[in-house]
Amino acid sequence: MKTFRKLMNAKGHVSAASSIMAILAGLLVGLIILLVSNSEQAFKGIVTILEGGFGGGMKGVGQVLYFATPIIMTGLSVGFANKTGLFNIGTPGQFIVGAFAAVYVGVKWTFLPAPFHWFVALLCATLAGGLWALISGLFKAFLNVNEVISTIMMNYIGMYAVNYLVKQNIYDPLTSLSQNVAGSAVLPKAGLDKIFTNYSGVNSTPDPSTVNCGIFIAIAVAIVVYIILEKTAFGYELKACGYNRFAARYAGIDEKRSIVLSMVIAGMLAGLGGGLLYLSGGNGRRIKVVDVLAAEGFNGIPVSLLGMSNPIGIVFSGLFISYITQGGNYLQRLNYMPEVIDIIIASIIYCSALALIFRWVVLKLFKGRDALLGRIFPKYAAAGAEEEELSASAAVTETDLSAGESGEGLVPPEVQDVAGEASEPEGSPLQKEDEANARDGQEADQNAEKEDE
Amino acid sequence: MGDLFSTIAFLFRQTMFFAIPLLIVAIGGLFSERSGVTNIALDGIMIMGAFASIFFINRMQSTMSGQTLLLLAILVAAAAGMVFSLLHAYAAINMKSDQIISGTALNMFAPAFAIYVARTIQENGVQQIAFTNTFRIEKVPVLGDIPVLGDLFFKDAYITTYIGFAILAVAAVVLYKTRFGLRLRACGEHPQAADSVGINVYKIRYAGVLISGALAGVGGLVFIIPTSTNFNATVAGYGFLALAVLIFGQWKPLRVLFAAFFFGFFKAVASTSSGIPFLAGLGIPSDIYKMVPYIATLIVLAFTSKNSQAPKAVGVPYDKGSR
Repeated sequence: MKTFRKLMNAKGHVSAASSIMAILAGLLVGLIILLVSNSEQAFKGIVTILEGGFGGGMKGVGQVLYFATPIIMTGLSVGFANKTGLFNIGTPGQFIVGAFAAVYVGVKWTFLPAPFHWFVALLCATLAGGLWALISGLFKAFLNVNEVISTIMMNYIGMYAVNYLVKQNIYDPLTSLSQNVAGSAVLPKAGLDKIFTNYSGVNSTPDPSTVNCGIFIAIAVAIVVYIILEKTAFGYELKACGYNRFAARYAGIDEKRSIVLSMVIAGMLAGLGGGLLYLSGGNGRRIKVVDVLAAEGFNGIPVSLLGMSNPIGIVFSGLFISYITQGGNYLQRLNYMPEVIDIIIASIIYCSALALIFRWVVLKLFKGRDALLGRIFPKYAAAGAEEEELSASAAVTETDLSAGESGEGLVPPEVQDVAGEASEPEGSPLQKEDEANARDGQEADQNAEKEDE
Repeated sequence: MGDLFSTIAFLFRQTMFFAIPLLIVAIGGLFSERSGVTNIALDGIMIMGAFASIFFINRMQSTMSGQTLLLLAILVAAAAGMVFSLLHAYAAINMKSDQIISGTALNMFAPAFAIYVARTIQENGVQQIAFTNTFRIEKVPVLGDIPVLGDLFFKDAYITTYIGFAILAVAAVVLYKTRFGLRLRACGEHPQAADSVGINVYKIRYAGVLISGALAGVGGLVFIIPTSTNFNATVAGYGFLALAVLIFGQWKPLRVLFAAFFFGFFKAVASTSSGIPFLAGLGIPSDIYKMVPYIATLIVLAFTSKNSQAPKAVGVPYDKGSR
């Protein structure tokens, strides 16, 4: 167990290091683009990006938090689905349906007493998002319809449905947006508007940011999702099902129920994100009636990828992406187009896909710890974090799972265990040192991979 | 009676405007996925292809016009798509990375890049790239005079329509009647077996991804030309729809054709509902019509998905060293 913890730590370092390197590479791409388009201002530009929200004073920081909230939620949605073996590309639909439910309740249900109004609106947003994903979940579990395609279809159906419903019920013809929600439906500011405000002019007129307690709700939800996934039997069942649907059934898990539930929970997360963004009062967002899928929905995918589907990681990656996006808005002061931020984010994502090359670089950097790392990388690269976590929490089920997948059910578990141990000898430091010298970079990866299997 | 037929002919031609780009891109996706590489980046590649080629048209239209320009633009689109898809191929094949991740990165990169470059290069800093449509063929000589077929296929048409059908035919032949096609399919089903008989899996997969890149690039251009007069850094999610059409078509060329036309038909009905007397008379709001293609596709999928024909090894990086 102790060794295992040590391994986990080392793995954490490596993933963090390779994430940071991906970010640096992405920023480098951004710098090159700035240099090509206008070389004089390029370094100023990259500083503006790095300053992020701070470029706009305290209000800017508040806006970072405000715009981080929805993408953290959609990121959690994609990440949760990913952990349970589903690819939820349907966040734009679930998000906008949730947003509509929240705004509808916020505008129409003024009979609700003040302290409950926003809460009920959020609840309805969550339920609406869940309901939207339920359809895809049922289609996947019972009719074997690929969730990628069904959620894409549900995105468009949701978008057109919301456009129609907004126009029918809560349309403000003056602005061509949805109406403002009632004051009691606006999320409490929790004092944040006091902190994140710019004061300007002689009278120091306050210019508050739109931030509200939504960011706290998003963080709290992330923690809850983490606990569900990592600390409960329910979460374990969902993950096992995602890892190998048939093995999970063999182990007595109702896999149809798990798929539906995973999808519904993912949809609820995205729907709640819609509610959190749009229940923000006068200077906040309102629903636009246009035939374009919600960007906050799709942005959940890069957020989740950058956070490596880990709920806590997703909070940070959501904040990071919102932070440099805000910096990108200030780039216009230097006559750069803010889209360079999306290019940078895309490059970061791409580089994080090239994890192998970065792990190799990290390996070089941490030469002293080569032996330890060399043993971890290949396993990580070959099987992914998921497998390790599963194998850690329950060795028995892991054998079930791997047996189910690779069709090696005939090999008794003991034999596999022995084989597994043999590949990871507890050598003396001296031996490790030798190993380190013998193995180098990718070659080491491949060697060890073979050994592992 | 004449009215009814002209409505049908109009609807059919509209259907082709929607269905042909879907068909081309889905065939592209087919090559990639049958070789074993998931290509979720189709949307981004379409945008890149459309961006490069529309920009090309924008710059060249003062010196040339008509079909020559369009054909050259198609080549530009194919080249741009191919180069862009190299990124995906490198990540997916050489680096054995998660193909969803690199595909997402490409999807994100393309529109941002298109807007950034357009706004930086164009004189007035706008992101739309305008073009003059000189490509419409009023009536194909001789063929346009054939009674029914002439009205359906050879009037008010674009050369891209015929290219789309040609691509389908070539793709079907290549896939099922050539050595390369067999190897491609083998790499998507069981790359280890293919490797064991001396096929270079990496090369074949590169070919698959590059073909998909070229076709998706062309598809982007084909989508923009008949439906718009400028390019606004988006293809309206058609890359994702093409992915859906590919799955709907069970990774088989003829079924993909059917799926593309199925979807395209409902899409055409939705976009022309106000112009068709019968549909306009029903008084159903246009937003509802717009939902119909997606709902119809979902329903058909519900009945046809029980036995998925997905290539066995799709999405799994091939590693020579593994068993």
